[in-house]
Amino acid sequence: MIDPVLWRATRAIFVREWRSELRNRQALNAVALFAICSVVAVSLGLGPLNRSAELPLVHAAFLWIVLLFAAFTALARVFVIEEEQRTASALRLAAPPTAVYLGKLCFNLVLLLGLTVLVTLLAIVLFRMQVRNPGMAVVMLLSGAFALVAGTTLVAAIIARSTSRGALFAVLSLPILIPMLVTAVRGTALALAGSGWERGASPIQALIAYAVTMFVTSLFLFATVWE
Amino acid sequence: MQALELEHITLDYGRRRVIYDVSLRVNHGQVLVVTGRNGSGKSSLLRVICGLQTASEGQVWLHDDGARQAPLAMRHAIGWMAPDLMLYRELTGHENLRFFADVRGLDISDVTLDALLADVGLAGRGADLVATYSSGMTHRLRYAYALLHQPALLLLDEPSVMLDQSGHELLERVVARQRQRGITVIATNDPRETRFADITLALEEAV
Repeated sequence: MIDPVLWRATRAIFVREWRSELRNRQALNAVALFAICSVVAVSLGLGPLNRSAELPLVHAAFLWIVLLFAAFTALARVFVIEEEQRTASALRLAAPPTAVYLGKLCFNLVLLLGLTVLVTLLAIVLFRMQVRNPGMAVVMLLSGAFALVAGTTLVAAIIARSTSRGALFAVLSLPILIPMLVTAVRGTALALAGSGWERGASPIQALIAYAVTMFVTSLFLFATVWE
Repeated sequence: MQALELEHITLDYGRRRVIYDVSLRVNHGQVLVVTGRNGSGKSSLLRVICGLQTASEGQVWLHDDGARQAPLAMRHAIGWMAPDLMLYRELTGHENLRFFADVRGLDISDVTLDALLADVGLAGRGADLVATYSSGMTHRLRYAYALLHQPALLLLDEPSVMLDQSGHELLERVVARQRQRGITVIATNDPRETRFADITLALEEAV
């Protein structure tokens, strides 16, 4: 049972993040522009690809590379902006650390899910990417997005107070994310190729296990990092 | 809250020792005034007291109901305002207070929030974005942030900087009320504020 005070604080932080974002649109604009530019540029550069057995793997790899770099662009902002605008102290003194983590994690998750939908639709239109097992693709993208957010949100809190944040975020996140990315790419390729659930179950389980592990670990570590 | 206790607090910035071995106790109803020239560590000491900064040595204890706890374990009992305290510029004054009330788990009506804004001199300006506030108005909103949860320990860093004459009257009201509610700590060199002191801590540069 979730503590009602914690739930209320989490909801308040989530709503505040979106209210601030919708008023200044910094993360939304950066992420959307990056996603559109990268998909359009690659589709123009490559032109139509020949159908082959490797094509779903190429599409899946491209999809996750765009999501990864968009995540580097946007997901760290939730903590960096608190330090840059010097609002972190006010928040630190008022809010329970767990609520801060959960509120910002939920914001990042919704942002990345929106981005995933956008990138996938663009890839379907511009790359003529075929999704032969849509149900499995949705589950794969959902569990992958959760794993990506769970893996990066704590790192975002760690790097927020450093001076070379951008580079540090990538350097710290990449080793943590590589196992998850490899699994997500292979799993998404299976879904695009139309493989059955019996083959897709393994990467989905791995992604969910990774996400839950990162989430629980972050939940325990966050107070130390934040305070 | 019965008392605030500083136990051998020492604070270093790199090799520079700013505060050395400060120990004192402030009891309910008392006002501690911290003085010292620029860079002597007044603001840092307040940040250490509220738990936003860790002392190099020593401990801060808040005594309540016979038990003593570290500051961040009692964040519900601490109100802090300082010139470097920033609130969300893209939200209105009222939205800021509503947000901090919610994250603190307080059940406060909009009417009460408006009354608090009026009390700090922001009547009728609660619906304006903080980005449009003057520096004096922003400082008044900091008062509202610090007083929102009626803290037992109130930390005021340069409390009347940026404020006009009515701001000094606000400070007098706040300190008078806080004497009933708990403990006040003020970091200042302004003679109009040092006169509130029951205990004065004059910080010199340690090394």
